[in-house]
Amino acid sequence: MNFAITKEPINVQEVIDKVVDRDAGAINVFIGTVRETTRGRKTLYLIYEAYESMAVKKLEQIGREIRERWPGAKVAITHRIGRLDITDIAVVIAVSTPHRPEAYEASRYAIERIKEMVPIWKKEHWEDGTEWIGDQLEQVPYPSGKPEVKDSDE
Amino acid sequence: MNKVLFFAHLREAVGKDYIEIDAAGKTVAQLKEELQKQYDLPRFESVMTAINEEFCQETDVIREGDEIAFIPPVSGG
Repeated sequence: MNFAITKEPINVQEVIDKVVDRDAGAINVFIGTVRETTRGRKTLYLIYEAYESMAVKKLEQIGREIRERWPGAKVAITHRIGRLDITDIAVVIAVSTPHRPEAYEASRYAIERIKEMVPIWKKEHWEDGTEWIGDQLEQVPYPSGKPEVKDSDE
Repeated sequence: MNKVLFFAHLREAVGKDYIEIDAAGKTVAQLKEELQKQYDLPRFESVMTAINEEFCQETDVIREGDEIAFIPPVSGG
């Protein structure tokens, strides 16, 4: 279970423990947290929801992509859903690799892929309203019916 | 029958997590057009579709028993 969606607070150490490897020279840990201010607007809290079964599959796919690109890598990702308050941890990505540069690169790759194609959504609750956030850049249409990025499974 | 899942703003627009309809034989594009008429689905054109938990094309044909999910632009992480 290296790839998980959870309704509970994420235990960072548990995610790290999944990628511990005697051949690893580095473990890179990315922790995504809930930010209070976005473009001057104050967030009170977020609600995350997921298409859970597909989201787990897509996280597994990211893991496979990373192991293909960076041989020897181990990956674990946990994403939390439900209500999250400011500073709460939304996602933890742990990557171990034999050497340090690959751990940084693979970690960055994982979070960018999550933001592209894993079916998880957040609803911002501001002081003056609510909105489902389309994507990180506001609106990216997908004319072809799917994200226009490499999708090694398809 | 086919289970059709809605998420995020689409779920709120439809008022349900999912509906069950017979969509076998229709393309994804045809199903989207029908649902757009039946419900007022905001920003439906920018929504991706998954069949059985894999992203698909608008031209793909739905089969009996397929689970269809409409995937608004994602915002995890």
